[in-house]
Amino acid sequence: MDHLDQLEQQSVYILREAFRHFERLCMLWSIGKDSTVMLWLARKAFFGHVPFPLVHVDTSYKLPEMIAYRDKLAFEYKLQMIVGQNKQALEEGDTFPIKLGKNPSMGKEEQQQLRTACCGRLKSDALGATLHGTGTRRRMNLATGAYEVDPDREPYTGVIVGARADEEGSRSKERYFSPRDKNDNWDVGDQPPEFWNQFKTDFAPGTHVRVHPLLDWTELNIWEYIKREQIPTVSLYYDQGSGTRYRSLGCGPCQSPIKSASKNVDDIITELKSGALKNVAERSGRLQDGKHGLEELRRKGYM
Amino acid sequence: MGAPATKVAADRDQMNVVIVGHVDHGKSTVVGRLLADTGALPQGKLDAVRRECERTGKPFEYAFLLDALEDEQDQGITIDTARCFFKSATRDYIIIDAPGHIEFLKNMISGAARAEAAVLVIDAKEGVRENSRRHGYILAMLGIQQVVVCVNKMDLVGYDRAHFEGIEKEYRAFLESIGAVRPRQFIPISAIEGENLASRGKHSPWYAGPTLLEVLDGLPKAPSKVDQPLRMPVQAVYKFTKQGDDRRIIAGRVEAGRVKVGDKVVFSPSNKVSTIRSIEGFNTAPRTEIDAGWSTGFTLTEEIYITRGEVMSHVAKAPQVGTRLRVNMIWLGKKPFVSGRDYKLKLGTTALPVRIHKINKVIDASKPNSSGGELGSPERSVGGPGDPLSVPELTVGRHDVADVVLEARQPLAFDLTADCEATGRFVIVDEYDVAGGGIITEAVSDDLRDLRDEARTRDFHWVPGGVTAAERVARHGHRAALVMFVGKAGVGKHKLARAVEKALFAADRAAYMLDGTNVLLGVDNDLWVDGAKSELVRRFGEVVHLLLNAGLIVVSTTNVIGLADATAVQALIPDAPLVLVEIVDAGAGSTQPSDLLVSGDEPETEVVAKVMALLDARQITSV
Ligand SMILES: Nc1nc2c(ncn2[C@@H]2O[C@H](COP(=O)(O)OP(=O)(O)O)[C@@H](O)[C@H]2O)c(=O)[nH]1
Repeated sequence: MDHLDQLEQQSVYILREAFRHFERLCMLWSIGKDSTVMLWLARKAFFGHVPFPLVHVDTSYKLPEMIAYRDKLAFEYKLQMIVGQNKQALEEGDTFPIKLGKNPSMGKEEQQQLRTACCGRLKSDALGATLHGTGTRRRMNLATGAYEVDPDREPYTGVIVGARADEEGSRSKERYFSPRDKNDNWDVGDQPPEFWNQFKTDFAPGTHVRVHPLLDWTELNIWEYIKREQIPTVSLYYDQGSGTRYRSLGCGPCQSPIKSASKNVDDIITELKSGALKNVAERSGRLQDGKHGLEELRRKGYM
Repeated sequence: MGAPATKVAADRDQMNVVIVGHVDHGKSTVVGRLLADTGALPQGKLDAVRRECERTGKPFEYAFLLDALEDEQDQGITIDTARCFFKSATRDYIIIDAPGHIEFLKNMISGAARAEAAVLVIDAKEGVRENSRRHGYILAMLGIQQVVVCVNKMDLVGYDRAHFEGIEKEYRAFLESIGAVRPRQFIPISAIEGENLASRGKHSPWYAGPTLLEVLDGLPKAPSKVDQPLRMPVQAVYKFTKQGDDRRIIAGRVEAGRVKVGDKVVFSPSNKVSTIRSIEGFNTAPRTEIDAGWSTGFTLTEEIYITRGEVMSHVAKAPQVGTRLRVNMIWLGKKPFVSGRDYKLKLGTTALPVRIHKINKVIDASKPNSSGGELGSPERSVGGPGDPLSVPELTVGRHDVADVVLEARQPLAFDLTADCEATGRFVIVDEYDVAGGGIITEAVSDDLRDLRDEARTRDFHWVPGGVTAAERVARHGHRAALVMFVGKAGVGKHKLARAVEKALFAADRAAYMLDGTNVLLGVDNDLWVDGAKSELVRRFGEVVHLLLNAGLIVVSTTNVIGLADATAVQALIPDAPLVLVEIVDAGAGSTQPSDLLVSGDEPETEVVAKVMALLDARQITSV
């Protein structure tokens, strides 16, 4: 059993525990490489099936290719695909791109603040509303491929998230099963102990638990696994001839590609192993993070 | 699940190492220094932190490097188990930096429970302190076999050899006194000066041993569990019928041993026996054999009704089954662990109510070992009636380490931790949180052990007929079960039992009423009733077992067997549900836990309806 096998087996174990203990369970799917590997692991865990809904928050600023890829896989894998969106913020024009459009000469500092606020509304708020059932959920009709309003408004109490400990400081503090309180807050300082593989599977009404099957995976592991299992990925991760590619996928206006000529999975693995990216934070192309931006977002429910 | 595509996984070894010790003894500095000296830090990071310190006028600390979170820096203590990665020439390390502050003991445990090795840091100047000892206990309790002790801040004691040796002697004696594993090595280090961490220092020429990195590189990986007896706690039984998949898959992780297609396997505690038909997986090459470490799934040749929590093993080397476990444990709950109350025990994949049967010893790890004592050692005269000083302990307080006998409400399958780790350790849940955990050191016998052993031997060697239990369930449309009416003589048991039998029969169920008197008249004819109560119960249970094996719902009543004996009967029918109906005089309360409490004056039809509903709810008649 090699290291990838070990990671895979532990993730499968965690997914099965989550499925067992949470009647209202869902998996967040950002369409990125990590959560797509996680989706694949779910198929491993449940012998080809995915017995819980996948939730995607559509900010409306995702690159069209991501949405097309999402719908293609959802249809092929027969996923219970749920999409949420903060319609109100979009209608009110309360987003970073719209505000920047109105005031193109805006200073860097202000841009940064607006970016973080935009993430808060389009992602965290939308996600919260979708998970709690207070916002509209749209569900893919697997006969037609079209999205329809989901009559189910019950809150989800178990949420599977593809966070990795190596990604960024605050994520290394997560447990496999991390509780969140009624307001989605994460009390980093007072988390229950996690002995061996006995996770926190009991929770007070109104609270929920985030499940992290990928906690021990590194960026390199993710790519090695994508290669081994031949998992389909979005082409945005690969250089299409411009000498750049995306290392982490977010919203169009708030992400920038990195300089890299990796054209396929093998190239990326070689690149990661070479250490060429060692001094660049993985999310450095994600402009909303800023100083403490991500941690602040996470405390408030961002994944 | 043999790689379907090319094998690309990192072929380097990886090891999880936890770093522990009393607060401020230098853990963060050791980790920071290791990262810096092995080139694991992002370029310029160290300088940036140094500059930031200069700017703010704070002395530079390696801990700042590790502090990813704001509030952590504000408090100046590592609050959670942070992970850092570094590489040596031979393998990749994940360092789990566990906080030393007592408030964060649960974080330390979360980190340590995942580690294969531990580095324990002791401040040379301060010497062995409260958490040096407590962490020593915990490492031993968590079963961490490889421990390295670093005596840090040697620069503060002038790299004095005698000083180092004094601490080594004291700490070795402590570990020995608690029966912990012997550390691999004691190393004199200075994290600040980088002495004997990644490279040999020049200040301690008298130390001929290896550096910390050398010791770590020399630690063997934990031996594979493949050669141990097979253990697979059942995680779930899946059937994705709606998705057009007819396989009934018994899923779980093989925690120890190996198993092949065609192997006869037994599930404990139900004693059900079947044979492996196939090993299932997704996007993997088909396989006929699987071993420890794999989260997998099986189909069985004979479909048997089993549930999560059972342990699959081979017949010859099955786990123990019982209700009483002697354990070493640590308690972390905000409220103490107290006698006379139910908690939830989670062991492997099973979860069931448990309470304290007896507290043998509570160790206050904050005191030097004079008040401690070896965990798991034979009991001393603690709490003996003749000993005025020894008051029996009634609670285990927060952060206490204790030697306790737990009693589970129902029998469960387990192993001693020395025989199998995964089925030899447990946690205890108080309300919603995991509040304690520990390892099993001894199986303590209870009154029903003999009956359970009898049932196991009988079931493991049972000669099956040509019709399987699953076929009977399919034919009858229900599972076999025992519905037992108990209550004092004359309360109306017999009448109700008959009514239930008739109702079941009318609903096309294969039901049979077994009146205890009939067993007495025949099977027990050779017994002298008063003298052999336990034998009466045993024979009654065995008769019930035969009827259950025939697929019947047995409705029974007997004045010989009271509520208290029901558990004895249950010990003989571990594979079938027992529904206990207690009948009491109008207005009287229950004497013991039962599934249904009926007042003697309740209309018969209502009682029958309640029993029928209960059989449905227990999935006996609703299959
Ligand atoms: N003189 C000296 N000070 C040290 C050494 N290692 C750590 N320290 C200091 O001891 C204090 C506590 O260290 P830290 O690593 O934060 O301890 P932790 O609480 O165990 O993580 C800090 O002020 C360090 O600078 C050492 O080898 N020599």
